Amino acid sequence: MKKCLLSNSNALFNEISKNAKLYIPVDLEKGRVAYKEFSDGMVMSDALKTDRSAKDFFFPQTETLMAFKTAGKSIEITDTRSETEDFVIFGVRACDVKSIEVLDKVFLAEPVDSYYQNRREHGIIVSMACSKPSETCFCQTFGIDASMPEGDIVCYKTNDALYLDGKTEKGKALIEKLGVLEDCNDDVVKEEQQKIKEILNKLPLKDLKADAFGKDKTDEFFNRPEWKTLSESCLGCGTCTFVCPTCQCYDIKDFKTKTGVERFRCWDSCMYSDFTKMSAGQPRLTQLERFRQRFMHKLVYFPTNNDGMFSCVGCGRCVAKCPISMNIVKVMKTLGGKDDE
Amino acid sequence: MMNNIKEPLIPNVCVITDIRQDTPDVKTFRVLTLDGKKPFIHKPGQCAMLSMPGIGEALFSITSSPTNTEYVEFSIKKCGCVTSWLHAAEVGQQITVRGPYGNGFPVETEFKGQDMLFIAGGIGLAPVRSVINYVRDNRANYGKVDIVYGSRSKDDLVFYKEIIDEWVADSSINVHLTIDREQEGWDGHVGFVPTYVKELGFEPNKTAVLCGPPIMIKFTLQGLGELGFDKKQVYTTLELRMKCGIGKCGRCNVGSKYVCKDGPVFRMDQLDALPDEY
Repeated sequence: MKKCLLSNSNALFNEISKNAKLYIPVDLEKGRVAYKEFSDGMVMSDALKTDRSAKDFFFPQTETLMAFKTAGKSIEITDTRSETEDFVIFGVRACDVKSIEVLDKVFLAEPVDSYYQNRREHGIIVSMACSKPSETCFCQTFGIDASMPEGDIVCYKTNDALYLDGKTEKGKALIEKLGVLEDCNDDVVKEEQQKIKEILNKLPLKDLKADAFGKDKTDEFFNRPEWKTLSESCLGCGTCTFVCPTCQCYDIKDFKTKTGVERFRCWDSCMYSDFTKMSAGQPRLTQLERFRQRFMHKLVYFPTNNDGMFSCVGCGRCVAKCPISMNIVKVMKTLGGKDDE
Repeated sequence: MMNNIKEPLIPNVCVITDIRQDTPDVKTFRVLTLDGKKPFIHKPGQCAMLSMPGIGEALFSITSSPTNTEYVEFSIKKCGCVTSWLHAAEVGQQITVRGPYGNGFPVETEFKGQDMLFIAGGIGLAPVRSVINYVRDNRANYGKVDIVYGSRSKDDLVFYKEIIDEWVADSSINVHLTIDREQEGWDGHVGFVPTYVKELGFEPNKTAVLCGPPIMIKFTLQGLGELGFDKKQVYTTLELRMKCGIGKCGRCNVGSKYVCKDGPVFRMDQLDALPDEY
């Protein structure tokens, strides 16, 4: 265990950013919180969550995949991939760290997505235990412990210091390089973990259970009549999918530039009507079907293919951002039986 | 640098070396690499992604048999953006190709030694042709072969020349053609595929491969059921919108399956276990 006084955190960040790009959560105007590349003097936000998750670092909203030049009947492909620079994301919450594990199941499965893999190999995740989890949090439902996050390095923040513990090879290697850190025992961290556990035990969604869902439960849930009322007010705006740290559906499109064509991919949403639309037909005609697809995928289909792992981490972003206040918590309570209330 | 790491989304440039107008709205494209080789080795029933930069990329079934050592072929109906562009293309046009994708038909396992019944409607013959010609080229490995193929009219029968010159001429297989309505110059069977299959009254000891419009599949399956076929004896191939072809982009997800990766070939009893969203 290593320690850095908060009064010294600027020096810590400067030291990390000497060797790699460092991103920290920063308070912006109107209460917005986002990861920004660190520059001297930048102050780390105390907010529980960034508006957008750390997904962006590994699976950006848009990225160029390749470029083409065409002349007459011929085509030339340019591989536009380049080696990503090393980078460090500081302050990733337990739920968001888990979401990267979910994304790994998709992008690192054969055949491996080299764009994603490149960023995973060059990124170091410094997680941050949640000293102030909020009422929209339900990571416990998915077996995530916000008092003991995963990550290459785990960080705890107290009133006067940051405590860092290297977990993986690359995490430990980074910590070794940081001269500003000093050795310490883990008494304070244990105390902090205890405090967090107490708060977690008082959260309103602490008893939300996912046990009813999971592997091979398609027949049990697909035709439930409740989908109708649940989906009725859905606007199909796709906000839930864009703020979701585990949603990974994408589109591939071509864009004509002045000199040729670029093929890019961008986030897409199963909530959109044209997601499955073909010239020959449309297998999901109604918003009910599209809405059902999103939740069935997170709670049943994904676990079926991934040894029971859910593709929801309980971050609560969709709970906070949905314009009509519909969310996975309501879906789970309605379909999976209510919690102890 | 990253350029030596294989990226499945980056295609290869290939060239269209032959274009055949099969029906008023179906053309068959022969595709080779720039140095004149087959772009890939595939299994019958697999698909590949074709694209023209700036127009788009789409998944097509491979209609040629793997036993063809010279080239691969795609039979494409004009119905959307990419297909309309392809229909306007000329021989010598380069396109991009990646694949093959999907599982393909179990020609070397479940199909081996079986009596085969191929049933197709319209452009649905495109993926089935790959299996038929594979079976013909490995004739000793399979039992009796029956083909039932129907279209709206005689002009809409895809691969008509090959059907007549090769399949009908092959005494080891039985070909049953039908068209929806009477037509001058047609003295063959008239009527819809599902009804014709029932009329022909096949013994239910065969393995059936069924491909065509959803409505044809639905009624043919009913008919096969009446003849005593079990759903475990019937295979079909699905088509859904796809972008990646490798089970990641999420579009062709039905239940816990991805049509591009776990399909496109499914046995009918496997399809029954999936939500009805295909």
